[in-house]
Amino acid sequence: MHRLTTPISDEEIRGLRVGDTVYLNGLIMTGRDAAHKFMIEHFIKGTPSEEELPLYNELKKLLDGGVIYHCGPVVKKHEDGTWSFVAAGPTTSIREEVYQADVIRHFNLKGVIGKGGMGPRTLQACREQPAVYFHAIGGAASLIAQAVKEVVTVYKMEFGVPEAMWVIRVEDFPVVVTMDSHGNSIHQQVEEASRARLEALLEAD
Amino acid sequence: MDRWRTLDLTEEFVELVRRAATVLPADMRTAIAEAKGQEEPGSAAEGALETILLNVKMAEEHSTPICQDTGTPIFEIKYPYGVSTKALSEQIRKAVAIATQRAYLRPNAVDSVTGQNSGDNTGEDFPTLHFQEWDQDHLHVDLILKGGGCENVSTQYKLPDAKLGAGRDLEGVRRVVLDAVFQAQGKGCAPGVLGVAIGGDRGASYIKAKQQLLRPLDDTNPDPQLAALEQRILEEGNQLGIGPMGFGGKTTLLGVKIGALHRLPASYFVSVAYMCWANRRASMDVTLRDDNVEVNYA
Repeated sequence: MHRLTTPISDEEIRGLRVGDTVYLNGLIMTGRDAAHKFMIEHFIKGTPSEEELPLYNELKKLLDGGVIYHCGPVVKKHEDGTWSFVAAGPTTSIREEVYQADVIRHFNLKGVIGKGGMGPRTLQACREQPAVYFHAIGGAASLIAQAVKEVVTVYKMEFGVPEAMWVIRVEDFPVVVTMDSHGNSIHQQVEEASRARLEALLEAD
Repeated sequence: MDRWRTLDLTEEFVELVRRAATVLPADMRTAIAEAKGQEEPGSAAEGALETILLNVKMAEEHSTPICQDTGTPIFEIKYPYGVSTKALSEQIRKAVAIATQRAYLRPNAVDSVTGQNSGDNTGEDFPTLHFQEWDQDHLHVDLILKGGGCENVSTQYKLPDAKLGAGRDLEGVRRVVLDAVFQAQGKGCAPGVLGVAIGGDRGASYIKAKQQLLRPLDDTNPDPQLAALEQRILEEGNQLGIGPMGFGGKTTLLGVKIGALHRLPASYFVSVAYMCWANRRASMDVTLRDDNVEVNYA
């Protein structure tokens, strides 16, 4: 069992192996389809406009050694204008496969949290950077919302609540490393092993 | 009979939705707890099931959704003679809108043409309502909240299937259902429950498959052949080693329920409705006794 706090160092990442349980602490940011598309088009392939420069600088600070969470939360707005997370489980990560490797490299991201795993481009970026893929427990929305202690700020609210970039402070957010920085992917291993077992079961009748 | 016509059950339907979204049925909880005991101590699989059980407890205590994807609400309604299905439909639609306001449901109804979210879980054929008149004198309502992740891995086969060596018999059914479990890997939020239907046309087959998900995990199929097949697929599905969340492990399936429909001579469909571990179902019975309305939830 590992307990890590953002920003995370390269040494800490290299020390993680697939199957490890990790409790994450510190500031992380949610980002899913719209956020990834925006970061690629405006900051990575494009150059930030004068208007977008402050946000770019904030993200560079936040994501250096940081973690992005694939999540579209259910949120509650309080009378004093602050927010809290009500339900916040992971969403399917593979939709970000086209963007993720470039986002990891550009911002020196150390981890991505989601569910279902990601593909070879992300695995390659994890090996080089280094970074890891953290698998949250699909459906554990109430529990994960309890691990979100504070909603610090929100960027790009015009994307809508699920797609906005929520900066949150988490305490002991439970995840499992399913893709590590040594080229291992549980998703690949389990699929290959289960394919062999399926073939054996279909041999018999 | 007039009493049924003037009855307003909107608040009772809201409570039914709240229970379905926030309280996992006892049989599911027991099955997950038993599965946790079978996984290797300290494994990712055991950890996942432990987190799931903790989440279920928290959701019930706080009356918050077990999962943020509260899915498609599917209502199966059995009603006595004299009930107005039109009135009940209106009350149910009103109830899901109220339940959405109270954050028991996430707004999940999206217009497929414009992309607009209706914001209150009502829309064209949303929520799903199935009515059936029956001989009993009380009203019985079952509700399932069917999430999107597991719906995306649900599938339908047309037998024979040469690639899987599946002919038009129960052995063929076994082959394609095991393939469906393999294809789903952990993506349907395993460990899952399978509702399977054999026969029917394509549409009826999917509906029948989902209705199997209403059956308690520990019931026995009245057809001995189907009962044996359910047991075999449950055991063999777990031998695939996919495990909770696809982390690898002993628990891939928590239940397999199979129903059959008559089919055309030309067609042999097998539909697999994959349900995630958050198998959210709740039911409600409404009985009229003189001037009193008795409502029981389960």
